Amino acid sequence: MANPLDYLKETASQTAGPYVHIGLVPSDTGIEIYDHELGRDITGPNATGERIRVEGRVLDGNGAALKDVLIEVWQANAEGVYAHPENSGTVEDGFRGWGRVIADFDSGEWSFETVKPGGVPGRSGSRQAPHINLWIVARGINIGLNTRLYFDDEGTANAADPVLGRVDPPHRRAALIATRDDSGAMPVYRFDIRLQGDGETVFFDI
Amino acid sequence: MKTPAEFYMRDRSIHPPAYAPAYKTSVARSPNQALISLENTVSEITGPRFGHGDIAEGDNDLLTNYAAAGKSAIGERIILHGRVLDENAKPVRNTLVEVWQANAGGRYRHKKDTYLAPMDPNFGGCGRTLTDDEGYYFFRTVKPGAYPWPNQVNNWRPAHVHFSVFGTAFAQRLITQCYFEGDPLIPICPIVQTIPDPAAIDRLTARLDMNATIPFDAIAYRFDIVLRGRRSTLFENRLEGN
Ligand SMILES: [Fe+3]
Repeated sequence: MANPLDYLKETASQTAGPYVHIGLVPSDTGIEIYDHELGRDITGPNATGERIRVEGRVLDGNGAALKDVLIEVWQANAEGVYAHPENSGTVEDGFRGWGRVIADFDSGEWSFETVKPGGVPGRSGSRQAPHINLWIVARGINIGLNTRLYFDDEGTANAADPVLGRVDPPHRRAALIATRDDSGAMPVYRFDIRLQGDGETVFFDI
Repeated sequence: MKTPAEFYMRDRSIHPPAYAPAYKTSVARSPNQALISLENTVSEITGPRFGHGDIAEGDNDLLTNYAAAGKSAIGERIILHGRVLDENAKPVRNTLVEVWQANAGGRYRHKKDTYLAPMDPNFGGCGRTLTDDEGYYFFRTVKPGAYPWPNQVNNWRPAHVHFSVFGTAFAQRLITQCYFEGDPLIPICPIVQTIPDPAAIDRLTARLDMNATIPFDAIAYRFDIVLRGRRSTLFENRLEGN
């Protein structure tokens, strides 16, 4: 008999449940415990680029907004560099590119402020359009859902983006593109995430 | 540009499916469409890094991190410890591990938790730590109580601690729950049983660890966590047309 391979198995996922806030954003549920709560500031004070707000809701198959959802954000800076050592280029001092956002307990609306990321390299010399990586966990979500937010004012880059290009049928790509609103003091991108049914968001197996 | 290696494909057969109707909340919160497979890019093989400036000494001690001075949480005192490894059995160093749990009576410090078990004024219910160079972590806490939850009318969660782990890349991000050896609620919990593979459930079950138990102080349980492994070769060096 052949020798078995000795790889370990990944630990199985379990739902984050309704009390994820206690662990990951304790002050949002009234637990003042840490000197420094993580994920509150995506960009730090020195980030260059356009300051934007992103807002939306996460909707279930009945069209109801999830009021207990937590979203993690991972993005490059305005120059298209991730704050990670395996990435050529450097980021501004204090730029982390990562954050945590929760839905309002009453309305289900969430929002965060950041800088608009630049495009980043793709595979095999291609170029990816500016995008924000999102990871969604909540009660009833058994394994975190990965998706991406693209920007509707990046039409040329979006058209050449290799990941958007994989989404088939093409009409589903629209669910990954946030819509810009310039009517306020800061540009706002609206991005509703639909877990199921009509206009279902595209989720990726990364 | 030199691009680092990609992660092994996630083995979805050991994870719960999105749609698991015995866990009723998953019914309306599970995508209908298949996930779209994405080969790793720089967006997936990078992820946030954390350092000792991010957390404070004592954040991993749930017995005291919320307690009044000189006080301690009520319940069975335990050490919950283990290693974070990848599928190649390499330690995942300096990675952030966060936990949250109910108190010894099964009650969470959360506005949505109305279970009649009492709050413990000296227990917040969360902790965090960074793994060391061997991938090792530990928490000191109380063993959480079982609690009822609205699914079927008489469903009870086995004692569990929720774990959040980062690894080095967004592709490794994981949230799970740790159970305790011998708990008779494990085989009848609809959330545990969303996992189709009994061996995968067994790996979520912390083992009594008498060698790490501190006499006259705290019983130890061991829980190792495995994150996705990574190829040792680069993905950009394949030939054109392959
Ligand atoms: Fe729980």
